Amino acid sequence: MNHVGIDIGSTTIKVVVLDDEGKLISCAYERHYSEIVKKSEEMLNHIAPLIKNEKITLAISGSAGMGMAQACGIPFIQEVYATRTAVQKYIPNTDAVIELGGEDAKILFLTKGLEVRMNGSCAGGTGAFIDQMATLLGIGRDDIDYYAQRANKLYTIASRCGVFAKTDVQPLINQGAQTEDIAASILQAVVNQTVAGLSQGRKIQGNVVYLGGPLTFISTLRKLFDETLKTDGTLPENSLYYVAMGTALAKTGESFLLSEAIDKIKNNRGKGNYVTLPPLFENEEEYNAFIERHSKAKVKAIDPKAYHGKAYFGVDAGSTTIKVCLIDEEGNVLLTRYGTNNGNPIQAVKSFLNEFYEEYPYIQIAGAASTGYGEDLLKSAFRLDWGLVETQAHFKGARFFLPEVDFIIDIGGQDMKCFCIRDGAIDDIFLNEACSSGCGSFLQTFANALGKGVSEFAELALKAREPVDLGSRCTVFMNSSVKQAQKDGATVEDISAGLAISVVKNALYKVIRASSTESLGKNIVVQGGTFMNNAVLRAFEKEMGVDVIRPDIAGIMGAFGAALYAREKAKKLGQEQSTILSAEEVQELRHKVSTTNCGLCTNHCLLTINTFDGNRRLISGNRCEKPLSKKVRVSEDENIYAFKQQYFDAIMADEGEDINGTIGIPMALGMYELLPFWHAFWRELGYRVVCSGHSTRNLYVSGQGSIPSDTACFPAKLAHGHIEALLDKGVKKIWLPCSSYNVDEEKGNNHFNCPIVAYYGEVIRANQDLRGAEILDPFLSLEFPKYLEKRLSATLNLPRRKLRKPIEKAYEALDRYHKAVIDKGKQIVASANGRPIIVLAGRPYHIDHETNHGIDRLIAGLGALIISEDCLSYLETKKSVEVLNQWTYHARLYDAARYVTEHDNMNLVQFVSFGCGLDAVTTDEVRSILKEKDKIYTQIKIDEITNVGAVKIRLRSLFAALEERQ
Amino acid sequence: MSDITFTKEMKKDYTILIPNMSPIHFDLLIESAKLNGYKVLLLNNSGPHVIQEGLKYVHNDMCYPALIVIGQMIDYIKSGKIDVNKCAVAISQTGGGCRASNYYYLLKKALERAGYPQIPVISLNLKGMNSNPGLSITPKLIFQLLSGLLYGDLLMMLSHQVRPYEINKGDTDKVVKKWSEYLKNCYRTNKGYFWSHLDKNLANISDDFAAVPVDRTIKHVKVGVVGEIYMKYAPVGNNNLEKFLEDEGCEIMMPPLLGFILYGISNGIRDYELYGGSKRHTYHAVATRIVMPVLKKFEKKIDKAISRHKEFIVPASIDQLEEMGKSVIHTGCKMGEGWLLTAEMIELIKKGYGNIVCTQPFGCLPNHIVAKGMVRPIKDLYPDSNIVPIDYDPSATKVNQENRIKLMLAVAKENLEKELK
Repeated sequence: MNHVGIDIGSTTIKVVVLDDEGKLISCAYERHYSEIVKKSEEMLNHIAPLIKNEKITLAISGSAGMGMAQACGIPFIQEVYATRTAVQKYIPNTDAVIELGGEDAKILFLTKGLEVRMNGSCAGGTGAFIDQMATLLGIGRDDIDYYAQRANKLYTIASRCGVFAKTDVQPLINQGAQTEDIAASILQAVVNQTVAGLSQGRKIQGNVVYLGGPLTFISTLRKLFDETLKTDGTLPENSLYYVAMGTALAKTGESFLLSEAIDKIKNNRGKGNYVTLPPLFENEEEYNAFIERHSKAKVKAIDPKAYHGKAYFGVDAGSTTIKVCLIDEEGNVLLTRYGTNNGNPIQAVKSFLNEFYEEYPYIQIAGAASTGYGEDLLKSAFRLDWGLVETQAHFKGARFFLPEVDFIIDIGGQDMKCFCIRDGAIDDIFLNEACSSGCGSFLQTFANALGKGVSEFAELALKAREPVDLGSRCTVFMNSSVKQAQKDGATVEDISAGLAISVVKNALYKVIRASSTESLGKNIVVQGGTFMNNAVLRAFEKEMGVDVIRPDIAGIMGAFGAALYAREKAKKLGQEQSTILSAEEVQELRHKVSTTNCGLCTNHCLLTINTFDGNRRLISGNRCEKPLSKKVRVSEDENIYAFKQQYFDAIMADEGEDINGTIGIPMALGMYELLPFWHAFWRELGYRVVCSGHSTRNLYVSGQGSIPSDTACFPAKLAHGHIEALLDKGVKKIWLPCSSYNVDEEKGNNHFNCPIVAYYGEVIRANQDLRGAEILDPFLSLEFPKYLEKRLSATLNLPRRKLRKPIEKAYEALDRYHKAVIDKGKQIVASANGRPIIVLAGRPYHIDHETNHGIDRLIAGLGALIISEDCLSYLETKKSVEVLNQWTYHARLYDAARYVTEHDNMNLVQFVSFGCGLDAVTTDEVRSILKEKDKIYTQIKIDEITNVGAVKIRLRSLFAALEERQ
Repeated sequence: MSDITFTKEMKKDYTILIPNMSPIHFDLLIESAKLNGYKVLLLNNSGPHVIQEGLKYVHNDMCYPALIVIGQMIDYIKSGKIDVNKCAVAISQTGGGCRASNYYYLLKKALERAGYPQIPVISLNLKGMNSNPGLSITPKLIFQLLSGLLYGDLLMMLSHQVRPYEINKGDTDKVVKKWSEYLKNCYRTNKGYFWSHLDKNLANISDDFAAVPVDRTIKHVKVGVVGEIYMKYAPVGNNNLEKFLEDEGCEIMMPPLLGFILYGISNGIRDYELYGGSKRHTYHAVATRIVMPVLKKFEKKIDKAISRHKEFIVPASIDQLEEMGKSVIHTGCKMGEGWLLTAEMIELIKKGYGNIVCTQPFGCLPNHIVAKGMVRPIKDLYPDSNIVPIDYDPSATKVNQENRIKLMLAVAKENLEKELK
């Protein structure tokens, strides 16, 4: 008898036929484009001649096959389990299997205790992700291997998930990094994500087998896995078919004719297993009224052919698109251009300028400005006069269009920006964080994948009767919801509408956190390329129950704003002619890209250097102004983060002598506050104190295999690397005490640590191979010195009298540190001299450079002095807040925020680590404390992502808004 | 923020909305509340509109249970089924280091933003936080609730142990229904549920379940369910996990709710031992001398009732759990479900329920430590254990969750077959 196995994955279908011995007789692999019923039927018909009219066993597997199998009564075999059955049969001596599919990553440990794992919900770095990245790079999905093989260097790309990785990839493209290097870096990110997310403390070793599409087709991916795991994995024959073969091997006990199976599949129309929403338009009239209303919002435009004289040029280089606008002296629009940058913004502008010079010789560019992610690149490349931060550009564009505007929302390809305007100035800014990024370009990629243009895709949505609810968490989740809905028979119309609604909900509930129309404003202008999609526009109006204004040039408002800015500047300066490259220069424009590691500080930023003709040079990838050798406006001495780091460095350098032993202290989590305490304690006990040192990328990677939970915060994940660093230093005893309670600073109702800071020692002990070393993680707190003495005596097995002095010294050291921070804070504040002060508030561990990505220096580079929340919190008296104030570190935030509201030259920027559940509570509260006194709240969400482009925009927006207000 | 409190006057004619965390328990528990003069309404509304309200009024990075229960309340209030000027909402507040302690404030903020600042929020806690004059937690009420909890635990555990083996489909549910109705009536009439009746009823419940005709020669895959307390029990949250597993042919074991209460009390005791302090010392004294001994007596009652029939499996006592937990985790881990969750996994493995679904809200902080963080050492101690952590989230698809559970079940079935051979 023959045995048929069908593996329906998220993107492909695999069908195999085995004989009774399990020998592969036939196999086929095809993309299904979500038409799984049709495709399965087709593929089964294809094997029919082979099987003739005999009975067979047949089973279905795969993430997309589950629903179908259930609906048509065909046995279902879970795909990971199928893999394991097949591997057991065909490669019995295998220890571990790594299988990557379209959406799922799986790891199987077959020997020494069976363990089978699939990636968690918050990960998408697999086949579909690689496809998406290839699209972004403008290369075919089959070319990624070709490019990756030719790479010279690897960039750091976040490996938490597809959305985060994209956030890192996008700026690399825009900076002009080599496609080859980016391609390889993307693959390395997939490797890191798989290892960090799935090994969970178990070493992947022995005979490792690679399976699934990406690992089969991309040899570099296998190579990178080999290198990372220090193994030599094998790609077996038929590596694409293991799930299908395992499915065929399953003893389902049922046998039937192939034709019966085909009938079952054909007659099944799995439907309705998704949630639907009300349609965008109830009827034709509604639709017509909508179109009619929006067709009125037009900017004044004049025919460029008939225009002679001065004009102003604005360009907005977004993450995936490039927008150009040319205006006359009154601000009337002469020319616009909107297009994708195809990974090369310079080329796009070059072609525009070439055409422009040729066609409009009578127009003279009197001023030119750039904005957006590619602001600096374009400014250098084309020798533009000015650059401005994109929030300002969008604001200028909207205000020119509608002077009484009080709320602007801009949804571009990658980012969402919203501003509240009061008295003609920006009153509040909301920018999306990494999780909600890429919504706009997701719509585009998705439309393209269906072979449709963006506007055609949008039009479909308007006709949808039952839009699909696709959730609003992020594009990775949306993507898998879409596929699910497709398989369940949702129409393209309903999906298109569903996507539009999801994008809007993401903006409203995650970015702006708006729950009522009143909180937005009366005169709402919507703009950005994504709003050109009528479905998105409609979804927004419907969701908020309000009519908004969308200018007809919504997609190029940034460029329009930049042009207006150029006009404003040129007029002020009386400039007649822009410095922009002439027609000849544009034609001859050449540029070279090289990379180097900056050696000017410990950040070691990977710099991308673009060199243009005429010695114009642009350095990017830097986080501070040092490599640009500009005049330093704020010195290291005026940055409390630098001060704290130096203070800790000095402590770490003071190892002392090994009289009674050596203790290792990992610089993890709470240790960034308590190091002075424990260092003094152990030194006084006669121990040599070895610290793990600064966090680095390599240190993180070295510990990633033992992280048990991939959704934990980055500081927690880094702890694993610090333990490895200590073990590498030969330390045999590691100190990482646990405590539910922190020091009681009498600021709130209680003084807890967060669960992670409180108990991470337990996670280390449970998950990390300590290579024979010992971890001491006793439960104790610093609240009561006498009790602490008792606890230490009990846990360290030392008499209390021996501990008295060390404990005393420890408290002294901690007090000294706190006092030093406060004094330094005072000194910085006193030296401000009119310069702005930023209270960079977060948690103690945010002083670590790998955690904060050098953002403190970036702020200093923008000209602000930096203090932290603990410089101020002691100045405030206990006040009640509108949340449960029960965590020590968090209480400091509220107090610092309150202090900031009382001081004009201070503003607060809050660091939030991705995955910090407690900050879902604190951020709203800090914002509302600041809001009450009209202070702008700025949140910077940080994770493993190294791209600080978005952060820079956020900070520059803050500074620009502050300036504007004055 | 408004500081409307639930006053004594309100008690008379205000309806208190309470989200239903575990139907089998809460259906009984609210009867005690009613008996004490409160008008209570359990919320069972579910569906995308509920989640939508949650997303709209609660920070989207908050944990899923907050989004659901606040979504349920606002959805119900908006539905027009209730007089918005004559209702209050109640939410539990543990006061631990987990962010769940903030639900109370989140709910207040959400109501205000949704335009209902007049609705008082009642915090259900035993620590005296955010007290409301209209709510008086009397010893009588506590004992009534406690008895309801015991009945609920027993009905839940025994129905799980009998249902998969019943010969006549529906017999087990009949027993559950019979007792649920009977007990509700006892509370309504304020008699026959406590003192001597308690032991008698528990024994009779046990006997009734034992009397259900069963065929125990069928071997079902045995699955343990642990997790964050709301996700574990609430069908609204976990996409009806209990039913899904039973439909897949599993016998399930969910540790009792009483264990969570005992765990909570024990944490206070341990707090003094680990960290000292005079307030904690007082708590320590009261808890060790009075509260724990009393509660342990109740714990024993369940034990006694279940032990009447040798085919039933008795849940581990808090002391046993502590011992089991200690083999892999320090019992000082007390946030969220803390060490209890780890201990329950070990208990389940030891009792033959080594196939475990660990439910948690996406991004649950304590579970990074006590659930996902402790799988490794448990696996090392019990290599045949088969644990799958499942994240629940407004955007996570049911298919993804079920697919992962099915993977766990596939391994479980193989292990079962091996065992049978």
